[in-house]
This record gives sequence, C-alpha cells and structure tokens, in this order.
Amino acid sequence: MELRKDYFADVRKDGLNEIGQPRPRLDSPGHVTGKTAYFSDRNFPGMLHLKMVRSPHHHARIRSIDTSEAEKHPGVVRVLTAKDVPHNVYTILILIQIGPEDETVLADGKVRWKGEAVVAVLAETERAAQEAAAKVKVDYEVLPAVFDMEEALKPGAPIVNEYHGQNYYLYDSGECRKVRFGDVEAGFAEADHILEQTYQSSPIEHAPTETTGCVVAPEGNDRFTCYTNTQAMFFTLDNASIILQMPGSKLHFVGGTVGGGFGGKVDVIVEPIAILGAKLTGRPVCFIYSREEEMQISSPRAAEKVVIKDGVMKDGRIVARKVTGYTDAGAYSRHSPYGAQKGAAHYPGPYTIPNVWIDTYCVYTNRTPSSAMRGFGVTIGDFALEVQMDKLARLIGMDPLEFRFINAYRDGDMKAHRQPTEGAALIECMQEASRAANWPVAEKFMAMSSYRKGA
Amino acid sequence: MAKVPVQFTLNGSEKAEFIESGTTLLHALRDKIGDTSPKGGCHQGTCGACSVIIDGELKLSCLTLAETCNGADIRTTAGLAEAGVLHPLQRAFLDAFATQCGFCTPGVIMAAKVLLDRTPNPSREDVVEALSGNICRCTGYEPIIQAVLAAARANSQNAA
Ligand code: FES
Ligand code: FES
Repeated sequence: MELRKDYFADVRKDGLNEIGQPRPRLDSPGHVTGKTAYFSDRNFPGMLHLKMVRSPHHHARIRSIDTSEAEKHPGVVRVLTAKDVPHNVYTILILIQIGPEDETVLADGKVRWKGEAVVAVLAETERAAQEAAAKVKVDYEVLPAVFDMEEALKPGAPIVNEYHGQNYYLYDSGECRKVRFGDVEAGFAEADHILEQTYQSSPIEHAPTETTGCVVAPEGNDRFTCYTNTQAMFFTLDNASIILQMPGSKLHFVGGTVGGGFGGKVDVIVEPIAILGAKLTGRPVCFIYSREEEMQISSPRAAEKVVIKDGVMKDGRIVARKVTGYTDAGAYSRHSPYGAQKGAAHYPGPYTIPNVWIDTYCVYTNRTPSSAMRGFGVTIGDFALEVQMDKLARLIGMDPLEFRFINAYRDGDMKAHRQPTEGAALIECMQEASRAANWPVAEKFMAMSSYRKGA
Repeated sequence: MAKVPVQFTLNGSEKAEFIESGTTLLHALRDKIGDTSPKGGCHQGTCGACSVIIDGELKLSCLTLAETCNGADIRTTAGLAEAGVLHPLQRAFLDAFATQCGFCTPGVIMAAKVLLDRTPNPSREDVVEALSGNICRCTGYEPIIQAVLAAARANSQNAA
C-alpha cells in the first residue's frame, strides 16, 4: 500500500510507525492451534444448563404461569420467573442517562414480541432443561399487534410498550430527532428539479459463527465470575449490577474473546439471568443460544425506511434536502433511539447543502427488538443517500462522480448541524478513487482540494 | 440414562470414557475429554466449525455419535502442531491473516488438512470445493483460500 504523504503535508503529523506496516494479530497463534478460550470452552463440574420458555405470540397479556410440571421434571433444579428478578425492568443506555427503562428481563404481565423470554429453567442437562421448558404452561390472552412503522404511528394503533406510552421514542426535540438548517421550502422553490424517493430495508441478522452466551461460576464468597462473549463489557457489567441489585464488586466479568459479533453481542441479554441462576442455585450456569435462537431471538439490524426529497440545480448544486427516516426498534429500545439519532446527524451526507430539514423516528412495533450492527443508523442511510446521489446525477445528465465533487463539503463549510467542517478529505479520496477505478473526471475537479488555507 | 464405554485415539493418545448414549462426539471431546478445539457453531451440520478427522475422513463431530467411534483414530486441530512447531497450514493461516475471530479456524484447518493429505498441489477450485462446508463469517474466504494454497506451496518446496 502506498501512503500519499503529499496530502495535507503542512498539517499532518508524520511520525507514523504502524500505519502501512503488516503486523500479526496478537490472538492468531491461539486461533490456529485451537487454544483460544471462548466462553463456552469453560466447563465447570456440576454446571447447570439454562433454557428459556419464549412467547409464541407477538403481543399478549399473560394471565397465568404454571411451572409446577416443569419443576417436577427429572433433573430440574430451579425455575425462574419475573418475580425472582430483583430489578426486572431495564434499558441498556440508562448507564448514560438515556431512559426510560422499558424492557423486562423475564416477561411480567405481558409479552411484546414473538420470542420474548418468559420463564428460565435450570437443569442438570441441556436435554432436561429443554424438556422441562416445554412443560411450562403459560396462559396468554392474545392482543392486537402492529408490525409496520407507519401503522404504529397512526392514532389508535395498539400501544406496543407502555413504558413509553406511545409508539415512538420521545426525544428532547419531540416525537423525532430533528435537524433544521436554512429554509428548505425556499430551496425547493428555486430548484430546477425535485426528486423524492423512498428507500426501505429489512432487518438483518448478524449470524456470528459462535452464538451468544455466557458461563457463570459462583466463587463461594458471594462473588460471581461471568465468562461471556459480550462486545460491551462495561454495559453488561453495570446493567447486570442494576438488574441484580448487586454491587459491581461482586461481579467479575471475563471476556474479550468473541467468536464473531458484528454489533450483535452488545445487548445485555444472557448474563443477568445466568448470574441470577448461579446465585439462587449456588451452582455454575451455562446459558448459550442455540443456532435457531441466534437467528430468531438475538437483535437484528433495524428495518429502516428513508424518504429523501432533494432539490437540485441544472449545474449540479443540491439546494435543498428533506429527509424523513424511520427506524424499527421492535418492542424495546436497546440501542435503537441512538441509531435513529445517528441517522438524523448523517442524512445531509458529506455534502454542503444550504437548506436541510430532517426528522428521524425511532418506532416501536411488535417485532424482535433491533439493536446495534456495524454502523447501525447510518449504513442504510448511506445506501439510500448514495443511490439518491446517482439518481440526481442521472436526472440532470451529469457524471455521478463529478456531481459529488460539486457538492462535497470542504473545510470551512457550515454543516447542517451548525458545525463548521474541519479536516475534510473527501475531495482527495474521490480523486484517488477516480484514478484507482480509471473513472476520468474533468481536470477542474482534479485541481480541487478539501483543504482551504485559513478555513 | 445408560452409559456406554468408548475408546479411541485422540491425536495419538488413547482415550477411554463412559458416556451417555446419544452423546455427540463434539460434546464428548469438549466436555468429557477437554479438547475444546472443535467448536460448536450450529450443532446441526451446517457450519463446519466442529470438523474433525476420523480415520482420515473429514467428519462433523456435531453429527457423529461418540459411541460410533470405538477404535477410531481421531485428529483435531489441537494435535496438529508437533513439539510446539506449527504445521505448515497453521503457519500459513498466521502469515496470510486468515483468522479474525478464529471460531471457524480449527474446523477450516481440519478440512484443509484432509485436502492437502490427498491432493498435495490443489488448484484454487479444489480448495474452494474442499472448504465449501465451512462457514466463516468474519475473515472473508479469500485470505483463507490463499493460506491453504500457500501451505501447499510450502509443502511441495519442502518435499522438493
Ligand atoms: S457445529 Fe457441527 S457443523 Fe456446525
Ligand atoms: S474468523 Fe470468525 S468465523 Fe471465521
């Protein structure tokens, strides 16, 4: 790889020793010899297996739960329901003061998505836990459910999550995250062309090769060691501490080795209930998702809908952009309010547009709670924006790359969030890309620079 | 549940265990014998993470009952390095950056070993075919294919 050191030569630091150098991964000797220890490689004598009883309904009131048959099943050691969980309602981002707590560890009175955890069964073997879980009787009163974001936002739609009171996340800016810059209607009025398009995506499952799980060992001094493949060690530790009402000093988390995650292992799902199981039985507990659970229960990337309306001039300048984004959180927040907020910040794109109007909604539906996945909140947005850019270029008969040069932000440009652009390098990246891809652009674009002296 | 005796060789050493009838070889190796190099990714024969070599054949240990392995010669990735010296395949995986999370790696290496044992100079197509039962979700297949081809080259140079 060649490093182009001529770019930004007068502002860059050049003491780079690592970039551009091949370095072996620290963990690969363990990987190729089979010695790397993943959480499920920890095995403790007397370890119990935890299996969840899950909701077969998208939305239902729980009339009653009868665990008596399951408790009598040979090998069963303990059955857990909502009343066993010290603080049964949580939300991951409460650690950074983003509430309200809106998700139950074990369903309490209601289930809001198909697959929601209702009862946990701890048994001597995996098979016994599975068989006993099948004997738990839950009496449900099925409720109307809503699966479509726009349906969910209509007045009179079934309320998915009472902790919110309405089917959207309430930001401090109101029912959606808003960006307002310039006068978007005036921009559309002066535009030569207007293009409005809708882009939609489905939920996407991360499908890590190693499924989500943890192994918990009681240390005998009221402390618990939790071997886990979480990607969010401190979120998990702190949330477990809140849910279990145990000081963090009683919880020892061992992680760092993850058999694929892609963002899918940042939710706090398996650890608190497994630690509770270990605490109440005094025995090690293993809770590991089957492949089927991983595909159906673990949070996917959110489904999104993005409506983009652009006003563009014949010479290629975008003069107005209006975006309405919808993020399908499913039944619970997890990281979705944050994802939707990131979208609001992202929709102007790396372009300088004088008039911008953005609303992004985080919507609750009776679907599997969605959460983090590689650039969540902006990945689908980028797809939509760049397809839109190509369509705009085609509309005015311009080369799509040259069209981007015209609109690319440069140092000193004011962004829609009223933050002046600093350290932009988009022009230079596009110049390199046009060379690498053999995609010629006019000389005047090759002479441009993101860097403006004094900007 | 009735326990049955099983006896086999694992990476050259004798193992004898009483296991519950119906236990998979994957569970027997990992939970009973303590060789955790075969990984369980799907437990249904679709990911290849649990691949081991039984009497020279590539097998999915999640679909193999331990009790059918009496007298077998079983090889896993844990037994591949000899006296601490990495096998050429292991070396090649390190050098070619062919591991990310590493969860699929032991299974992939076993599949590659069976290929190279039979076809010392494989074509790219041979490698792709041989690894088609192994899912890797992180590394991307190209570095893995390059590693196997590099190991084959290293082997033939050693032989020459
Ligand atoms: S665990 Fe055996 S093929 Fe996936
Ligand atoms: S390296 Fe992660 S699955 Fe292959």
